[in-house]
Amino acid sequence: MSETTPRGQEYEQVLSGASQTVAQFDDHKKGFVSRLQHFLHSNPSMVPLIVLVISTLGLGLYIDWEPIKVMTGMARLEDVNNGSFRFFAPFTLSLILQQVQIVGVLALAQTLIILTAGIDLSVGAIAVLCSVIMGKLTFDYGLPPFFSILLGLAFGTGIGAVSGYLVSRVKLPPFIVTLGMWQIVLAANYLYSANETIRSQDIEASAPLLQFLGTSFAFGSAKITLGVVAMLVLALILAYALRSTAWGRHVYAVGDDPEAAELAGVDVHKTLMSVYMLAGFICAFTAWVMIGRFGSVSPSASTGVLGNIQSITAVVIGGISLFGGRGSILGALFGALIVGVFELGLRMAGADSQWTYLLIGFLIIAAVSVDQWIRKVSG
Amino acid sequence: MKNLTKTLAMGASALAFSASMALAGGHSTTVCLITKTDTNPFFVKMKEGATAKAEELGMTLKAYAGKIDGDHESQVQAIETCIADGAKGILITASDTAAIVEPLKQARDAGLLVIALDTPLDPIDAADATFATDNFLAGLLIGQWAKATLGDAAADARIATLDLAISQPTVDVLRNQGFLQGFGIDLADPGKIGDETDPRIVGSDVTAGNEEGGRRAMENLLAKDSTINVVHTINEPAAAGAYEALKAIGRENDVLIVSVDGGCPGVQNVKDGVIGATSQQYPLLMASLGVEAVKAWADNGVKPEPTEGKNFFDTGVALVTDKPAEGVESISVEEGMNLCWG
Repeated sequence: MSETTPRGQEYEQVLSGASQTVAQFDDHKKGFVSRLQHFLHSNPSMVPLIVLVISTLGLGLYIDWEPIKVMTGMARLEDVNNGSFRFFAPFTLSLILQQVQIVGVLALAQTLIILTAGIDLSVGAIAVLCSVIMGKLTFDYGLPPFFSILLGLAFGTGIGAVSGYLVSRVKLPPFIVTLGMWQIVLAANYLYSANETIRSQDIEASAPLLQFLGTSFAFGSAKITLGVVAMLVLALILAYALRSTAWGRHVYAVGDDPEAAELAGVDVHKTLMSVYMLAGFICAFTAWVMIGRFGSVSPSASTGVLGNIQSITAVVIGGISLFGGRGSILGALFGALIVGVFELGLRMAGADSQWTYLLIGFLIIAAVSVDQWIRKVSG
Repeated sequence: MKNLTKTLAMGASALAFSASMALAGGHSTTVCLITKTDTNPFFVKMKEGATAKAEELGMTLKAYAGKIDGDHESQVQAIETCIADGAKGILITASDTAAIVEPLKQARDAGLLVIALDTPLDPIDAADATFATDNFLAGLLIGQWAKATLGDAAADARIATLDLAISQPTVDVLRNQGFLQGFGIDLADPGKIGDETDPRIVGSDVTAGNEEGGRRAMENLLAKDSTINVVHTINEPAAAGAYEALKAIGRENDVLIVSVDGGCPGVQNVKDGVIGATSQQYPLLMASLGVEAVKAWADNGVKPEPTEGKNFFDTGVALVTDKPAEGVESISVEEGMNLCWG
């Protein structure tokens, strides 16, 4: 040992010629595209947000081109047909929020289920049935509206619990469970209500609490209803819970790989039950939002039949992976807003409403393609 | 082995039972009622009317319905079942008025009387008779009423029409065009919604005939032009939705909403001032007249005749309002309440 000391450690002498960098991840240096891919991978709600901003600006520029020309001095007020903003008006922009509130809240429930690699076809039907229950309990059985709402919420949670049990314990595929549940709930809705509307005026006179979420505040010409506020608050709460609580991480883990989650000590059954029950609860909450928006209790509301597809559309456009375990719940909200912007914007631009559906079809396919591309992120 | 014997025995007795049922059924005339759905109060009422009349005449009523509006396949299956069942007649509200013609022809060839209820077939003579509301007249009445109620202001009216569906089904077109004609607007092609050039028309949008669609459509049109003051709606739920949208911007009292149908909640809404006037139709009457016609066909081989001057049997329509307008015949809300359905 001592012999070698004076000569210094010979092998160290080559050190100066060698690479001195410490261990690190490979940098593929693919430039902008690669960095974009990484950025989107870690911020899954950015894609829908970008699409939302671009589509809002695009449609607004088209619809309000004349007032914009006037404002920027490109034309004089006398030269244009319409000098006032129609799309970029507080009234219109707040209207979009009001129009998406039902689908928006349903999409939050749908997101929870899809994050666990499931799908829920019954969301809209549960919402409509629960609204009928809230109305019937109040008007046919004379219950105070407060308790009708509580029971309605409990009923929705109960339906969620049944679906959750069938998925998690009986191991039936979520698609099948909720396909059946959709039919059962929707038929029960029609049978129970005999498809008879409870009129807005009757509700207003004897149970205004049912319409509570329809209460609106005006900011200038913008109108925001409590239902919209509830949608935004609920989305933020869920976003926090999914990102920063143990429960939220469990939901992602179960969706990504249930076996790995189980091995890591996550109670998969309990997590799935909690997700389906919470989704059922949110659907029942949508019922309350619906009564607020329509004023009436309407068993024939289109949401019963279309709510599932509309919410899945919002979730998919919102960049949440149908394979589970990835995506941000705020994305679903952006997804719902994108659809809302297109629907109203294209209508105002004078296009046939079929164009809206055609465009949304493209958006769905584009969104899933982008999702697949982001999933391939490497390094 | 024992189990098998038991199963066989049960099967045999079940067969015997159903055979005796069929024999029992064979004594009375069977009439089929096929509706678009069995959830819409309009069809629920129709079924009630048909059931009551069939019972009164000692006939057997078998009711079938599509699962959803537009469910053509279920209706075809129902027709086939009725033919196989030896029914004497079919009363049908067709979902697909053109496609249903062929299966109905088979029924007529098999000697069944085919009566279209509420919705005329395409072509109308594909049925032996049509018992229906004159939807154009229903629209015309509310159009005339709106024009007379506005008086001089009708010349500067801002009109929105809230229609049913993008595909423009016949009933949608008839009500819309009837309304516009009644209001004094040049129709261009009376078979098409939306080709009018009158500047008083702000636009039209579709509602699916429910509150949800009514509210959204009204909002969309208000975003286009907030000065709308006359609103035609395809039915009363759509009207109630439109009212909510107007209420949200504080304009519920200076907009005239007119509608068609005459359901009880709708007539109640006329009473409360939500809807200015509505044209009431009578599904119960359509169904009971239909059952009577099948009875006459089964007993004497007589087919029903259409109303004079029309190619269908008009089951009547009445304008319901508490604010009668000069020159437009109407009944009061109280009378309307007595006649309402659903």
